[in-house]
Amino acid sequence: MAEKPKGLLDIESLDRTEIEAILERAHFFQPADNEPFRRLDALRGRTIVNLFFEASTRTRVSFEIAAKRLGADTVSIAAQGSSVSKGESLVDTLNTLVAMRPNAIVMRHAASGAPHFLARHLQIPIINAGDGTHEHPTQALLDARTILDQRPTLEGLRVAIIGDIAHSRVARSNVHLLAKFGVDIVLCGPPSLLPRELAQLAPGVRLSYEMTEAIRDADVIMMLRVQLERQHEAPMSAGEYFHFYGLRLEHLTLAKPNVIVMHPGPINRGRELTSEVADSQRSVILNQVENGIAVRMAVLERILG
Amino acid sequence: MSAIRMSALLITGGRVIDPASGGDGLADVLIRDGRIEAIGTGLVDDEAARLDATGAIVAPGFIDMHVHLREPGIEHAETIETGARAAAAGGFTSICCMPNTVPVNDSATVTSYIVQRAREVACVNVFPIGAITKGSLGDELAAIGSMREAGIVAISDDGRPVMNARVMRRAMELARTFDIPVIDHCEDLNLSAGGDMHEGQVSVRLGLRGIPSASEDIMVARDLLLAELTGARFHVAHLSTLRSVEMVAFAKSRGLKVSCEVTPHHFAITDSELAAYDSNFKMKPPLRCRHDADAVIEGIVNGVVDAIATDHAPHPGSEKMQEFERCPFGITGLETALGLSLSELIHKGRITLMRLVELFTTGPANILKLDRGTLAVGAPADVTIFDLSTEWTYDVQQSFSKSRNSPFNGRHFRGGPLATIVGGKPVWNRFQETNRE
Repeated sequence: MAEKPKGLLDIESLDRTEIEAILERAHFFQPADNEPFRRLDALRGRTIVNLFFEASTRTRVSFEIAAKRLGADTVSIAAQGSSVSKGESLVDTLNTLVAMRPNAIVMRHAASGAPHFLARHLQIPIINAGDGTHEHPTQALLDARTILDQRPTLEGLRVAIIGDIAHSRVARSNVHLLAKFGVDIVLCGPPSLLPRELAQLAPGVRLSYEMTEAIRDADVIMMLRVQLERQHEAPMSAGEYFHFYGLRLEHLTLAKPNVIVMHPGPINRGRELTSEVADSQRSVILNQVENGIAVRMAVLERILG
Repeated sequence: MSAIRMSALLITGGRVIDPASGGDGLADVLIRDGRIEAIGTGLVDDEAARLDATGAIVAPGFIDMHVHLREPGIEHAETIETGARAAAAGGFTSICCMPNTVPVNDSATVTSYIVQRAREVACVNVFPIGAITKGSLGDELAAIGSMREAGIVAISDDGRPVMNARVMRRAMELARTFDIPVIDHCEDLNLSAGGDMHEGQVSVRLGLRGIPSASEDIMVARDLLLAELTGARFHVAHLSTLRSVEMVAFAKSRGLKVSCEVTPHHFAITDSELAAYDSNFKMKPPLRCRHDADAVIEGIVNGVVDAIATDHAPHPGSEKMQEFERCPFGITGLETALGLSLSELIHKGRITLMRLVELFTTGPANILKLDRGTLAVGAPADVTIFDLSTEWTYDVQQSFSKSRNSPFNGRHFRGGPLATIVGGKPVWNRFQETNRE
């Protein structure tokens, strides 16, 4: 049997050297101040299909721009406008696309493990752009790139990840990545969104149900969106949630003085964090978005270059 | 004359293990006209066909009390004929089929259809299990007495368990009257709603929604209390958790008429095997974690568990080739049950062969009050011949089942079924594959 093509399914199975290589290459792709993004033709003649079975703006656009900056052709498909809505199965949809010989498929899907399932059945690199409540590998990579723009190393940092951890693919990918670099990770949220088993997800993880405790001495605070669409039972009321787990300016005084605040977006002002925090000097939320392109360029180049 | 010769079979030189009599030793078994005629050493019958069982174990025909045959109504997944063939290839001479067909087996008409159809096409004995409630909807009791007359051996709303305790109570009262056991797929559907696998470290890692062990335990507890209240014979299907094993043991110690079965997959593999999001590992109850699987094995060892059953649940590839969370629950199991049981229980030295045979024969026969599972002279000549040494690899593409949803494709086994004899007639043989004809 032919060797399986290399894709990017999750962070958990990447080793530290691979992650470092991607982050370093992403650094090369970052534009200097007031400079446009580098344009290359490393992937000229390659076709990348962006297949989004779930709504997404930033990730889809980010992947598209990254591919174009590398000279690749891209096609973006949203599930709503495709044969999926006519009842075609996932495997059939993918087989149809593969028959058109793209060089890679970037896929977002609401079902955990959907890209892993497809990778087993198809001979084409699949890049996971977020699968259900499992992983979102390029988000963790761009988050790491963003932290490294502010700190010399990840080692020894304290990172607090706060919010709906149970339903967060961003949290899982970040935990796996940060743990590989010896980061001290605190996960924080209400019990229904923070199952105890998360403490065993990776080394160096601890849980806290108290926000002030989680934030204390943090170098990085990652806020997560409350994923109402993935919660299948009565959640905490919005007011109660914000009262106990919403990030306000006064919280920042508990953290390290140069703490940075991150959020994978889209942000709900007044739900997870106040406007003042989102717009403060400590927020690097827009840097994350910008780094998304550089990191995805590095990923695409690594897989297709 | 030839007809007489055809109806006699002499199985020679095997190690005969018969839990019903406690017998275990080298002997020949003579079968005539579909019944066991004699067991002893040096039997001679010039008219009988001979089957050399030297080096093998000759046991009463195995009974699988938990099978989904999908007929009527879902014949693209399995039929009574194909399911029976798969059973024969797994060493089973009798199978009990769950009522979740289309229509549901909730009336004497459907029961009679299954009984009749099985007589026509099945190479093993088929005993239907009737629904507890109409349409297995959990509200109104099915025609339990009429189904009993038509041939059901138990009632169950397997897969769609009765949530209403009062309905379950009434069902148990009726079942007691008709002298049949109530089999429950114990699951609190509210607690497990939306779950796709066992809730624990692995589900959290994979981002899949969990089914906690408590969803099984709560219903086992409820049903045991109702069994005490009603005096019914109550049987826990595919028991899979530590607490449920403990509760059944406790109920038995209190003298309740309680029994339970476990599946090979629940003691052979755990939730850690799900890492590849392979839907062939998705079933209910879900594959549990190590400590639950260990408790199930401990229950087999210490006698709490009465039977091994497969919960053979065929689904066509089109339904299983989907995202994990969209696939139906269930895996096939008839052909791998004995191989897995030998690997996990015998080769690892956990139980004796006598105990193993009991779990496949007298265990289920006693629960269902079947006149099977014994090699007593005069009993129906259902015989399973197996060994502990034949090396074989399970190839799901060669399965007799219509479906291919087994997590054990490619698994290597040491020992397994060699020949299956139903009513004195050889229906399957590993080396001849007679039921392919």
